[in-house]
Amino acid sequence: MDAIILQVLNGLDKGSAYALIALGLTLIFGTLGVVNFAHGALFMLGAFCAVTLNAILRLSTETIDPSRTDFLGNPLKVKTPYVENWFGPEIGGAMIEWSVPLAIVFAIPVMVAVGIATERGLIKYFYKRPHADQILVTFGLAIVLQEIIKYFFGANPIPTPAPDAFIGSFDFGALVGMEAGTIIYPYWRLVYFAFAAIVIGAVFAFLQYTTFGMVVRAGMADRETVGLLGINIDKRFTIMFAIAACVAGLAGVMYAPINSPNYHMGMDFLVLSFVVVVVGGMGSLPGAVAAGFLLGILESFASMSQVVNLLPGINQIIIYLVAIIILLTRPRGLLGRKGVMEG
Amino acid sequence: MGILEVKGVNKRFGGLKALNDVNLDIQEGSVHAIIGPNGAGKSTLLNCFVGRLEPDTGSVMFDGQSLLGIQPYRINQIGVSRVFQTPEIFADLKLLENVMIPAFARRDGSFKVNGWKSVGEEREIRDEAMTMLAELGMEAKADHVAGQLSRGDKRRLELAMCLVQKPKLLLLDEPTAGMARADTNNTIDLLKQIAKRGITMVVIEHDMHVVFSLADRISVLAQGTVIVEDVPGNIKGNPKVQEAYLGGAHL
Amino acid sequence: MLGLNNKDLMLFAIVIAITLLAPVILNPFPVESDLAQFNAGYPDLMQRFVIFGIFAIGFNILFGLTGYLSFGHAAFLGVGSYAGVWMMKLLTMNVVPAIIVSVIFAGLFSLLVGFISLRRSGIYFSILTLAFAQMSFSLAYSVLTPITNGETGLQLSLNDPRILGVSQTADGSIPMTNFFGIAMRDGFELSMGGWLFTFNAGYYLCAAVMLIAFYVSIRIFRSPFGVMLKAVKSNQQRMLYTGLNSRPYTLAAFVISGMYAGLAGGLMVAMDPLAGAERMQWTASGEVVLMTILGGTGTLIGPVLGSGLIKYLENIFSKINDNILHQWFSFLPDGLEDFVVAIVYPFIGKGWHLTLGIVFMLVVIFLPGGIVEGGQRIGRLFRRKPPEDRNNTTTAAAPSAAE
Repeated sequence: MDAIILQVLNGLDKGSAYALIALGLTLIFGTLGVVNFAHGALFMLGAFCAVTLNAILRLSTETIDPSRTDFLGNPLKVKTPYVENWFGPEIGGAMIEWSVPLAIVFAIPVMVAVGIATERGLIKYFYKRPHADQILVTFGLAIVLQEIIKYFFGANPIPTPAPDAFIGSFDFGALVGMEAGTIIYPYWRLVYFAFAAIVIGAVFAFLQYTTFGMVVRAGMADRETVGLLGINIDKRFTIMFAIAACVAGLAGVMYAPINSPNYHMGMDFLVLSFVVVVVGGMGSLPGAVAAGFLLGILESFASMSQVVNLLPGINQIIIYLVAIIILLTRPRGLLGRKGVMEG
Repeated sequence: MGILEVKGVNKRFGGLKALNDVNLDIQEGSVHAIIGPNGAGKSTLLNCFVGRLEPDTGSVMFDGQSLLGIQPYRINQIGVSRVFQTPEIFADLKLLENVMIPAFARRDGSFKVNGWKSVGEEREIRDEAMTMLAELGMEAKADHVAGQLSRGDKRRLELAMCLVQKPKLLLLDEPTAGMARADTNNTIDLLKQIAKRGITMVVIEHDMHVVFSLADRISVLAQGTVIVEDVPGNIKGNPKVQEAYLGGAHL
Repeated sequence: MLGLNNKDLMLFAIVIAITLLAPVILNPFPVESDLAQFNAGYPDLMQRFVIFGIFAIGFNILFGLTGYLSFGHAAFLGVGSYAGVWMMKLLTMNVVPAIIVSVIFAGLFSLLVGFISLRRSGIYFSILTLAFAQMSFSLAYSVLTPITNGETGLQLSLNDPRILGVSQTADGSIPMTNFFGIAMRDGFELSMGGWLFTFNAGYYLCAAVMLIAFYVSIRIFRSPFGVMLKAVKSNQQRMLYTGLNSRPYTLAAFVISGMYAGLAGGLMVAMDPLAGAERMQWTASGEVVLMTILGGTGTLIGPVLGSGLIKYLENIFSKINDNILHQWFSFLPDGLEDFVVAIVYPFIGKGWHLTLGIVFMLVVIFLPGGIVEGGQRIGRLFRRKPPEDRNNTTTAAAPSAAE
């Protein structure tokens, strides 16, 4: 029992990331009809928003502290981050420590700007081109974004720690009244899951309860009719793309402490997210979220030693295997509509 | 016994009964028109002949062979060709290639890797295709890309693609829809010539002028049922037909 | 001649000439000159040009003709590589059996993958191939380690059985790959004035294979089978009602292109007997997509040009560092020099991927027919001919209906 709970918990953080990226992919696909191969790159940009903010906050002045000396006997140079100078060591230090959550505030405008620029500058010219062209041009965009990041940040992963308060693990088992020490779970992963749940909830609420969201949902169900009603879709498309970019970016920001960001993390996640979208059902938002968590958890179950002993290598391929089986037996995915994108 | 025998065909879409016990017996070498108001089930019926739809019950026999449950390409291989309402052609390819493809399909069957000879070396097929294009007055455009043709020319090309296969049965779905009067008349003449070669034709058409100048027999379909089947002369005055067209029939 | 029409024969003749003279053509700069670093006429790189040319030619038979965009073709190249190395380990260092077995294994594997993936079309097909390739990649790293030697990669060792050869040479080293006795790294150097040209046996083997592969692809393109594949891309619905079963056609194209990939993989290990899983990663599949599209999808010569361009950028362009840039722009006033170098630097040298990405996007947006279409447009500009002659190149570049 505890082993099962542990695996479910382990699957949650990856599943959350899959779900968030797949949600954005589906939003873009469902509303704009565009297959966005650059979505993983947006996730990666988000993660580097966290890295950037962290670096900015750590910008320091160097002062000489005459009262102390280094091991050679010279006066010690002390680096003080500007933020500590400006806001005092307490608040400044806290800002640095909490840079990842703070990066959410930083990432939203950045990702919205990136999203709008991408949609207005590139994607909108591809609404009427074949899907293969969309895949190709966004694939090119992904390479470009990736290389820009590589130019500024280098090729190595950059560790970006979570706030001290969330470093370490807690005893989940004891919390729910089981034997202590059986289920140890890192705090930050729980935070990530909660965060993902909030973002997903917010997106759904937005689509459910606003007029804007209503139009978008109508558009996803039947694009032509909504166009015929004379509703200005162009502007909504831009906004939807920005929202999707934002969701991917936020997923990336919060993922930074779990896996140190590197420039190609986006590509790694992209492939899996597409698989998730296909399994969930192209164009189905609940499908994307459900499949994201499902595959995340499935992946973690497949990595249990008992399973791996039985079927070696299954943990490496389980997601692809599931995707292939689903595509062949139920082409529309778990919750998809019939006929979407079948050629 | 006719070349195409349709017996007791029923087709439901959810709660809607699209075809209700349809029976047809189409004689070899005849031109048989199927007319009826919008939504009468004409296209549904045609789709049941080419393997696009499967009737819920009933049988469709062509030349003594059932057409049900087999793939569209097999139905074509036994001699049934179809012209679509909106022309289905290979828009990226040249006219000549468009007509050679069905000719290859007839000679080589549904699949053959003929990958070493060049298309130019296939003299017979090429000549056949050129002749067919010439018959339809399009030989001058043989090297043009099909997608650039006018709508009327696309229809003629599609017809050429079907005829080059020398089908036993040709199904036409509104062959003159959206055409100007002059074009329509040309098409009627063309179809008359084809009929003379002894190719059996089933035509779905809205335009009564077309129907009455072409058809040997006419079936009138209303609400999924054949209400009358007769020679053209007897159709015009038939009260049932008038009722169906003037809207008295729908409940 | 050769069953080709005059235009194709001309093209083929030019390709033969360039391929055979490549060691000279690619080394236009004297050894001592500053520009010698742009010489690409060294065996290692020339081999890569033609090997990736084969890979892209094969990919183009699938994507260019049928419009099915596979994101998993590197898997077939990888399978071919592994099969080739195993052949050398077990049988002989002669590259011929290795290459043949590479093609066969890649063909069988692509038959399996194609049979399953082609049940779907459009983006689903792309994702299925992607999934298969990633699966092969992961398996090669994990469970299949006994066959693939995991992260280290599969290589020859001193105690390989090698039935028709020796495990090790007299001096105790691993024998070299050869073509009926001609070692692949054999060759001779020709020094003329300040120039140095290297003629390498391995390159000429690859070149010969590439020319055959190119010839076969011309024949396929011009054949009734090729027309059928174009028909798949153009209108599958019409095909179906014309008595043609499109699936075996697409599967045949898929397997042929998989065999081309296997051939490329086999040649790779024939030149350098080492096979690693990273060759199967989906980014490697993406590379062949880039090559084909940059060069010109659906054209005969496009894929070869595209692969040449990318491999040149990867190996030569990428070596330009900021010192060289400073030399180039040293004629500018100091401040301006630094500024220009700072602007240019991110795009060249190690940043060549960025340039590649940008160029690729521009091509997809403005020049769907790639380099070939670009060349044609320029040619037309000079000939002042109205752009009415839509030959098959531009046709193939038209939006596909195979989504």
